[in-house]
Amino acid sequence: MSILVFAIGNESRGDDALAPLLLRDLDEWMGARGLDERVELIEDYQLQVEHVTDLVGRDAVLFVDADMSCDPPFHFSEIAADHDNSYTSHAMTPFALLHAYHKVYNMGAPRSFLMRIRGYGFELGEKLSNEADANLVQAKAKVRQWLADIPSAGQ
Amino acid sequence: MTDTTNNLETAAHPENLRRVAIDPVSRVEGHGKVTLLLDDEDRVHQVRLHIVEFRGFEKFIQGRPYWEAPVMVQRLCGICPVSHHLAASKALDMIVGSTLTPTAEKVRRLMHYGQILQSHALHFFHLCSPDLLFGFGSDVAQRNIVGVIAAYPEIAKQGVLLRKYGQEVIRVTAGKRIHGTGSIPGGVNKNVSIEERDYLLKDIDQMVEWSRDAVALVRKLFDQNLAEFNSFGRFKAHTLNLVRADGAMDLYHGGLRARDMDGNTLFDHYDYTHYWDVIFEDVKNWSYMKFPFLRSMGPETGWYRVGPLSRVTQCDFISTPLAEQARREFMAYDGGSVTGATLGFHWARMIEMLHAAELIQELLHDPDLQGSELVHTGERQARGVGVIEAPRGTLIHHYKVDENDQIIRCNLIVSTTHNNQSMNEAIRQVAQQYIDGRKLTEGLLNHIEVAIRAFDPCLSCATHALGKMPLEVELLDASGNRVDTLARSSDGSFGNFC
Repeated sequence: MSILVFAIGNESRGDDALAPLLLRDLDEWMGARGLDERVELIEDYQLQVEHVTDLVGRDAVLFVDADMSCDPPFHFSEIAADHDNSYTSHAMTPFALLHAYHKVYNMGAPRSFLMRIRGYGFELGEKLSNEADANLVQAKAKVRQWLADIPSAGQ
Repeated sequence: MTDTTNNLETAAHPENLRRVAIDPVSRVEGHGKVTLLLDDEDRVHQVRLHIVEFRGFEKFIQGRPYWEAPVMVQRLCGICPVSHHLAASKALDMIVGSTLTPTAEKVRRLMHYGQILQSHALHFFHLCSPDLLFGFGSDVAQRNIVGVIAAYPEIAKQGVLLRKYGQEVIRVTAGKRIHGTGSIPGGVNKNVSIEERDYLLKDIDQMVEWSRDAVALVRKLFDQNLAEFNSFGRFKAHTLNLVRADGAMDLYHGGLRARDMDGNTLFDHYDYTHYWDVIFEDVKNWSYMKFPFLRSMGPETGWYRVGPLSRVTQCDFISTPLAEQARREFMAYDGGSVTGATLGFHWARMIEMLHAAELIQELLHDPDLQGSELVHTGERQARGVGVIEAPRGTLIHHYKVDENDQIIRCNLIVSTTHNNQSMNEAIRQVAQQYIDGRKLTEGLLNHIEVAIRAFDPCLSCATHALGKMPLEVELLDASGNRVDTLARSSDGSFGNFC
């Protein structure tokens, strides 16, 4: 089973650090449980079309991102490919990336999920807000649980 | 106050005009906003590109130990972190009194060429090809990278893999995919192993071939649309860029060359460590971003253009054979007319991508990459300046460090700032050509964005949270009341005027 957790964000821009911070936590947690073999963690500032190459051969993918519009503390859902017209360089959505995967490789994208963690401020040099920090605690627990469950879900 | 029926910077009587805002500009990095002031007959009286989130860089860096800077500055920008990484490193080389070892310089150059390759591939294939392949005013549902993948799958796939390859070069040389630490004050912290070299060698011939194809594709698009591409947002500008001592294009190091809009040399091979003697920055009350100008000409007329179009047209030659051949063809095309076209940026950018691919190919065969002398330091200095030709143009990093090794002063002039006035000129031309006197549509407004995207501006980026980037255009009447709106959501979909 090959699982990818893809964190999107910039640690130096306030609550945009949510996903990278979640990844740091997972890294330590997985190391202690020997999960490193089957779970790969990738981080980038933003989602771009070349990231389709990171999805190849995965059994499941989890995208993690800060979100200014969802209800706190987070929103977790399974997602599907969608031609959603996102084309700003910032906002290529996971849905559109899955769609691009289908077009580039001529096959269905791996089963994918999206964790949106509610953030509030995104200025350069800002620290993580207290509200976002509280949301992060709950999001971490959810992702750990997902990782524990996903192998059986994929079987 | 100036009546800008001619230059469109400031309207004579803004109180009687309605305002249209394109906020944010899409498919550029960061947060840009364009405002247009129109009268009742849709005549354009004022056009301005505002940078709404471009501040705090210097403050972000001040107070930190100098050796942290090459890593910290990568967080300024999610698209060109390597350029900041290297410009900061070059400045800090001065601070530590370094003369780089051959291995250090070549590893850095390899990193930089990987950055040029991936950045130019992203810009052309992902952000601009939708406009060029489908038309500036074509169906917005198709005019995006997913549309390109559907209609031109091979081109789109090449774009994906070119970008990926460039990022692999960065990963190998910087040590990590993002937050790389490869370049440090005085050198690098790793060389390129034989295994890493062989891994990159596997695909480089293909990258060179695809880059060559990309140059041919832009040329073909010019063949098909010459009149429109040549006149679109066209304006005359002075130029600024680094060149090698023998006049060749050099994207990593050199002296400053400035030429006026008629091609006369203003200064050449200028030592950039005293850039402030030839470049100064003006401030305008309507923009957060400064307006650099050539001191000798003053703020009104001394603004200039940087980036691929300046570099390709102002260098004496390119050192790699395929890119040099492409440069010659570009310079001669249609009697040289394209060298002054705003959309000529795209052609020049692909020539540079080809040059970068050829340079990577050359460097991978250089045994110095496997050298073990990675760092050199000398007499400690208090001030350092690093200049590099980043994908978007000349990038200046300037630091002052105290006796406790803390950065006490920092000045960054990024490529997009150099091009601030040029981008404003381009969109004013486009507004006069396409918007003036016509009913606004999304397609027409996209023409403004096409002009901005030609410069590939980087407007302080690296934040992108879902739900954060809607575009909203408001039409206000003379009293400031909203009479119409056009909204683009973060998934790119548009609502109609209501």
